[in-house]
Amino acid sequence: MKKLVPDASKCTGCRVCEETCATAFYKKKDRLFSAIRIEPGENDGFDIAVCDQCGVCQQMCQIMAISTATNGVVRLDKKTCVGCLVCVGECLRNYMFYNDELPAPIKCSACGLCAKSCPAGALRIEETNHV
Amino acid sequence: MSDNCSHKISKDDITRMKAAHKRLATYSFEPTTIERGYNNRSLYISIGGSFDASNQDKLTASVSGENCTVIGEKAVTPHMKDKFVGGKGFGLYHLWKAISEGTRWNSPENDIVISPGPLAGITQYPGAGKSLVCAISPLTGIPVDSNVGGFFGPFLKFAGFDALELQGKSDEEIIIFIDGNEHTVTIDTAPLEAVDSHILAEQLSEMYASTHEDKENISVISCGRASENSYIGCLNFSFWDKRRDCVRLKQAGRGGIGTVFRHKKIKAVVIRYRGLHGDLNNPSKKGLINAAGVRLHKEMAHLDTSQNNMRKIGTANIIEVMDRYDLLPTHNFQFGAHPETPKISSKVFIEKYVTQNLPDGCWYGCSMSCAKAADGFELRTGPYKGHKVCVDGPEYENAAGLGSNVGCFDPHWILEANFYCDTYGVDTISMATMTAFAEECYQRGLYNLNDTEGLDMRWGNGYTLNELMHQMVTGDGFGVIVGKGIRQQKRIFAERFGKVSPEYEHMLGGYVWNDIKEPVIDMPIPTSHFNKNLENCEFLQSTGYDDNKILGEIKGTILENAGANNDSAYIAKPTKPEKIEGIPTITREEIADWPVGKPYYSDDPDCSYTNSRPWVKMTPEQVAEMEEFGMENKGLEYSEYLMKESLAQQGGYALCNKGPQHDEAWLIFMDMVNNQIPTFEDKAEALHYFPMFRTWFGLLGLCKLPWNDVTPVNNKYEKEPAKIPEHVQNYFDIYEGVLGKRHTEVSMVRQSERVYTFQRIFILRMGSGQRKHDTPPSRSLGPITEGEYLSREERYDAQMKDIIGIDPCGKSTAEKVKIIMDYRWSQFKQLVDAVYKRRGWTPNGIPKLEKLIEIEMDLPELVAVIRPYLKEEGYWPQGEEYKKYE
Repeated sequence: MKKLVPDASKCTGCRVCEETCATAFYKKKDRLFSAIRIEPGENDGFDIAVCDQCGVCQQMCQIMAISTATNGVVRLDKKTCVGCLVCVGECLRNYMFYNDELPAPIKCSACGLCAKSCPAGALRIEETNHV
Repeated sequence: MSDNCSHKISKDDITRMKAAHKRLATYSFEPTTIERGYNNRSLYISIGGSFDASNQDKLTASVSGENCTVIGEKAVTPHMKDKFVGGKGFGLYHLWKAISEGTRWNSPENDIVISPGPLAGITQYPGAGKSLVCAISPLTGIPVDSNVGGFFGPFLKFAGFDALELQGKSDEEIIIFIDGNEHTVTIDTAPLEAVDSHILAEQLSEMYASTHEDKENISVISCGRASENSYIGCLNFSFWDKRRDCVRLKQAGRGGIGTVFRHKKIKAVVIRYRGLHGDLNNPSKKGLINAAGVRLHKEMAHLDTSQNNMRKIGTANIIEVMDRYDLLPTHNFQFGAHPETPKISSKVFIEKYVTQNLPDGCWYGCSMSCAKAADGFELRTGPYKGHKVCVDGPEYENAAGLGSNVGCFDPHWILEANFYCDTYGVDTISMATMTAFAEECYQRGLYNLNDTEGLDMRWGNGYTLNELMHQMVTGDGFGVIVGKGIRQQKRIFAERFGKVSPEYEHMLGGYVWNDIKEPVIDMPIPTSHFNKNLENCEFLQSTGYDDNKILGEIKGTILENAGANNDSAYIAKPTKPEKIEGIPTITREEIADWPVGKPYYSDDPDCSYTNSRPWVKMTPEQVAEMEEFGMENKGLEYSEYLMKESLAQQGGYALCNKGPQHDEAWLIFMDMVNNQIPTFEDKAEALHYFPMFRTWFGLLGLCKLPWNDVTPVNNKYEKEPAKIPEHVQNYFDIYEGVLGKRHTEVSMVRQSERVYTFQRIFILRMGSGQRKHDTPPSRSLGPITEGEYLSREERYDAQMKDIIGIDPCGKSTAEKVKIIMDYRWSQFKQLVDAVYKRRGWTPNGIPKLEKLIEIEMDLPELVAVIRPYLKEEGYWPQGEEYKKYE
């Protein structure tokens, strides 16, 4: 099982992760193209919203554009996706994002680029044998 | 997924079928770009035969093929978009142009129009894949509209057309194929393919897809064999269920459009479109659509389980709710509940039949996901006996209609009937309501086993329910009469199934009339089930038609047959006599003046069953009796909600343009449970707003269920919670998102009013559409028998005392029935007055000229239809401004 594990207590809110993600996948610096989102916390600090690969979205995808890879990462095939956004609605924690300029939702693939770029060490990729 | 395909289709079969095709016509069209929901053109196909398509107006491009086939295009004009919007509006518009006043359902010019509407095909908002289908109905003789899911409508639009017209009548079986990527339309003869939909849709998905994966890009419109011998044919629109790896079917059920389709000898219309994505409508403001879609998706994800359970069981979630509120139609709308309802509750279907946890949308993006299905369902009867199939359903209407309303409380039989309705191409709702009518006639003794050739028409025989449909396929047997619908049943029973008067008995020459004494029971029926049924047989015990002898006979027969072998054969059919000398043969025209009780021979080209035996006319009393409880209006069978205690719903049904379908107004809960519309004016307002609001869905290509089958948490605090205002705002958002214009409630209702009023005038043009045609059967208004009264005696006595102001003490039940029914009729008449007034119609139900002017529908062809009626009724307006309409 491979997933991105955030540690919000370390987050400084620099948003480098957002820019890294948006740039890598959509060649945009706009954070609204990122699969990871940093929001101010309710009291202080920051909340990190990113997919934990739970797979709930997969069950409701009618055209089967979402599948779980052998390493446990829940992947969205953008070519198959018809942009219905049901998965965005299904995501219990609101960790699936969409952008009106894109034909398909924005889904974290646990690539780890953001973790590498995080200057505060608030993000890491966790790989376990449990799938 | 479970085994759904007992019918394996081999590559060789497909090759053989294709080799037998003969190309009749090929048409190539230019690709278009959709602009804000519209292609601005429609596809016109005349499938030839004797029909001359040259009269068709304004074909912008066309090609003529063999057998007089014509394929062409028509422009969708700004006028059409402005006045008719799309969907049902375009359907009625094209139909109006295509036919004349004399057109009947089987006239070659009858035009099947399929239109998806400008919002159809968006994937982001639930329920946006609807097609609306219009044609002149065989049941009603007036235009009918029916909405349907499946992939065809969106694919048609993305292929390049806002509507598809099918006119003419072919001499040979044909398949029409629209290729949305190659931009071609072809017509081929197709002699070898199946007709029944569950097989044909699989065959054609296989045939027209280049690979297995390509099947998701195919949609098929088809019917079934029972469409051919009945008036209740439906159209099946297919969609590929990727998870189940099989074809699914959704139905344009109401009004017999499938019968028209098969009469034209169209086997199927197939469409292929590859390259689907969410922006193909070229929307104006995509952000509005996305935001509204996600809002509703979230509501579904969070609220459905605690609200309606649509994702688990679809509309069938309300079976037990309807029973609890005394609204579940039972035994032909006599009652609203039954002790055996738990046997067919939604829980039973969820736990035993319907496959769970699948995204069952009939178009992409439907998080409501109500298109449920039972997989691996093994059939007990008919040509597919023993096959395991996928049953699309049960929807509420199927469970209530084919269940409680016909008295069947066995979930297996309901699903089996549901399956056969679909694959044979008949409407489940009409099938249910007209079977219930036939059953009640039988149990009132209006006909007997001899007339049904042994078919047991008592309540709840699941075998009979399915056998009726098998007979519609073969075209032989009592099922053929049933399949003509209640209006025709009443006529046929009245002409044929009377009793011979003693003075004419000698004419029979010794022919034994009643030689069948035992019903056909082909299946083992648990003794306990029927014993219980009979002891609680409310109808037999309480309606005054109780006959101990009949009851005894029924008990005896059932006990004898209980546990009979599954394969037991038919009990002998009656001997059809040689023609009896001395009984004259008369023409159909002479039947009207023929004496009651005197045998005669005649024939009926529409229904030849029993043509070979002597007929006897029923008494006028019997004919009047059938009118009381034959649950049809305008020729269409009632859908499956008990409306007796809701005056607003009685109006909702009777004043529905096409006939009694609840898609215009479903007001039972507002009216009788929540008491939100107490006065006539309130009800009239509801019977104005809701039909208009609901019509709007049909103009745009939307499903109504996502509007009110989930409600926002704060809805109860809204000023008018019944309208679900937040969802109405969603619709304004997606409308603006696609078309770029903002609606208000006023402008939305105005769009609908135009088409709704147009439809009413269309009906008038076809010879119906006056007040007398809106008159419902008595049973829809209240208890017409003592049995019905006594079953809810406390309620009716209280109403008599508290509302009517008459003390029920000391009155006989018959007297009380009359008092209640007289009161109900007077209420209904006042309601009709109020609704007509609110809609801008005269007391005779004719739209006023002033109304047409107000809604900017003062088109010359419409004014020409209403002018004579308005003048006759004295409602033609005076004044200089109206002179130009003279």
